[in-house]
Amino acid sequence: MSFVQYSDLIQDGDVIIVYLGHNSVMPVKVQHGAQTQTRYGVIRHSTQLIGQSYGSKVTCSKGGWVQVLHPTPELWTVALPHRTQILYTTDISIIAMMLELKPGSIVCESGTGSGSLSHAILRTIAPSGHLHTVEFHEQRALKVAEEFKEHRVDHLVTVRNQDVCKDGFGVTGVADAVFLDIPSPWEAVKHAKVALKKHGGRLCSFSPCIEQVQRTCEVLADQAFEEISTVEVLLRIHDVRTVSLPLPDFGPDPSSQTEPRPEEEAPPTPSVNHASITMKTTTPPREMPGHTGYLTFATKPRT
Amino acid sequence: MAENEDDNQYRIKEGDNVVLKRGDIYKAVQIQLKKKVIFEKQWIFLDNAVGQLYSTTFEIVSGGNLQPKEDRKEQDTESPADVKVAGTDNRNIVDDGKSQKLTRDDIETLKEQGLKGQEIVQQLIENSSTFTTKTGYAQDKYIKKKKKKYENTVTIVKPTCRVLAMMYHGREPGKICHLRYDTLAQMLTLANVHAGSKVLVFETCAGLVLGAIMERMGGYGSVIQMYPGGGPVRAGVECFGFPAHFHNTLHEFPICHVNALLAGSLDTSAKDPSAGENQIVDRQIGVAAEEQQNQPELEQQDGGPEEQSMETSAAEDQENLEKEKRKEIKAQEKKSKLEEKRRKLAAAAALLGGRNADGLVIASRFHPCPVLLSLIKFLSPSRPFVVFSQYKETLIECYTKLKEQGGTVNLRLTDTWLRHYQVLPNRTHPVLLMSGGGGYLLSGTTVAMDHSKPAGSLQAEGPAPKKQRMDEH
Repeated sequence: MSFVQYSDLIQDGDVIIVYLGHNSVMPVKVQHGAQTQTRYGVIRHSTQLIGQSYGSKVTCSKGGWVQVLHPTPELWTVALPHRTQILYTTDISIIAMMLELKPGSIVCESGTGSGSLSHAILRTIAPSGHLHTVEFHEQRALKVAEEFKEHRVDHLVTVRNQDVCKDGFGVTGVADAVFLDIPSPWEAVKHAKVALKKHGGRLCSFSPCIEQVQRTCEVLADQAFEEISTVEVLLRIHDVRTVSLPLPDFGPDPSSQTEPRPEEEAPPTPSVNHASITMKTTTPPREMPGHTGYLTFATKPRT
Repeated sequence: MAENEDDNQYRIKEGDNVVLKRGDIYKAVQIQLKKKVIFEKQWIFLDNAVGQLYSTTFEIVSGGNLQPKEDRKEQDTESPADVKVAGTDNRNIVDDGKSQKLTRDDIETLKEQGLKGQEIVQQLIENSSTFTTKTGYAQDKYIKKKKKKYENTVTIVKPTCRVLAMMYHGREPGKICHLRYDTLAQMLTLANVHAGSKVLVFETCAGLVLGAIMERMGGYGSVIQMYPGGGPVRAGVECFGFPAHFHNTLHEFPICHVNALLAGSLDTSAKDPSAGENQIVDRQIGVAAEEQQNQPELEQQDGGPEEQSMETSAAEDQENLEKEKRKEIKAQEKKSKLEEKRRKLAAAAALLGGRNADGLVIASRFHPCPVLLSLIKFLSPSRPFVVFSQYKETLIECYTKLKEQGGTVNLRLTDTWLRHYQVLPNRTHPVLLMSGGGGYLLSGTTVAMDHSKPAGSLQAEGPAPKKQRMDEH
């Protein structure tokens, strides 16, 4: 297992994703002799996980069962322990495309936060790219570095514990892309410019508030960034349902050919009562995230 | 010195696939000397772009030639006129249609004199009686609008998935089933497309989806394109201008042989490249191969972002001259081409035979349900798949069938909503027009089939791929 390479069998030390049911997953670090409690009972790693195929069904002690899945950045995003607010797959997807990430890209990121975006970047730039990520909170920086090691992607990433607004990214003229998810991104724009390659590159800043976007765009324009564009992407989930819509009883139709008997008219006949139409459709969830953040993209021209 | 060398990889070369850009308008072309290209109602020649750096902005000068634009900064400043006289509101501005003193003919004359766009805009401002009474914001807007109309610059950029996806969505959404770029972005992520994996693709999006996947794989791993009809359409892939070694990782397999492959009745000798002389294989794939020779070129030509008639007429002339000669060579060529096709088919069949693909991406004008139900059988357990459809109903059916059949978890039917913002001092708001819909996605993860369920033939299929995979390693 690695977050950047598939394997078929679960091995000691792997991080796997246990799929418990709809919208319910948990990450598990596989270790000889260890046990994991789930709501369906205990899973014993040595006998039930190690050596099994990814994607197989594991029966827990209470008779319930779960699926064990190979980790992917997308599953990790929904399973990871939150230490900060995180970016979700919808935003991550558009970020990856608009920053033109691909194998070999050199990327700078700040802050690292809980590492949700970092894993997706690493997956995309492997095997030849590199991520320079900056997190000013020491414990978070240490924790995420530990996770990168567990997930066997540490060779692709450098974590720096410093303040990006003051100290920059710790690299000069190497990056193809820069991503900012910090409270005052406008203070980091000049550092982003320094980190990007001489021949140019792409920048993205994620901010929840429009005032932050406003200030960032002003600084981007001052710093001669081009193609400045701000977008918002929202995910809509459609729940697939079978719905049944009853048909109202209009009473007997006098124009119809069959002659209804006057006595039977008063009480509605049972057969009419049952009339309904069943169909497959989708319904929106009752509530959905209405805003995550604005994404501002820009191009640094060749300098 | 090192800097010059470094620059070389960023220089435009003859034969390069590039994208022309003006504002939000893109067009993919190939750099060919002395070839006319039409972009935004203007004929241009790209000869002068050769040797220049990518992302250079050019001015279109007389005869459609390009000239690198100098002093970009200065020309880009918002108001060319240093008139800083502005009104506060529009209470006294009357629309009498007479505020512009230049007539249409005057403007045409200015254009014919070869005046630069910038200068024409300047003239328009000077001859507008209401300009100075407009508010500062209205002046900005006026200049922007006029600049857009009279500007005659073009920027040449490197093709990337971002640029091409936006280009196709803007220019020819019908050719890519109205797949919006943010939806394509979701697909690449949801399918966990990355270097080193083995990805199955079925698309009728002019090759855009395939190209996007190849970009994300970076030439590592393998892509198997399942294609309908005579041959795969790859006009979109060409636009990316991938290095040659990327194409070594690209395989193709006709969808019409999928049933045979799944049933194990696709001629086994086809899996052995050395068994080239096999007569049965010849008959089996002969027709398909012949179609492949002719059709892709036709499809690509009218399917491509650029339509070029010069090539076909030149080809016709040549054909008349060399018809006799070619007839002889043709038979030989045909044989070797057939051989090549058979080898390719065998290679793709071998890749699929292990039923251990790492991802599946479907985006086509066909009904996705049968495609998904067939192709999902080629995936290993615990692998993602994503299906795009312009319509939600088709995906509801896919969802229902997958639920009945089992073998998947994490099924989600989604779409995304994309909103652009205008961000300017005191004028920030969502842009007025937004895309109505960019299609729907069904995504999920495969799991091992439930053997306790009597699933008929499916049950037999479950363990087979696993065994084979273990043999391989």
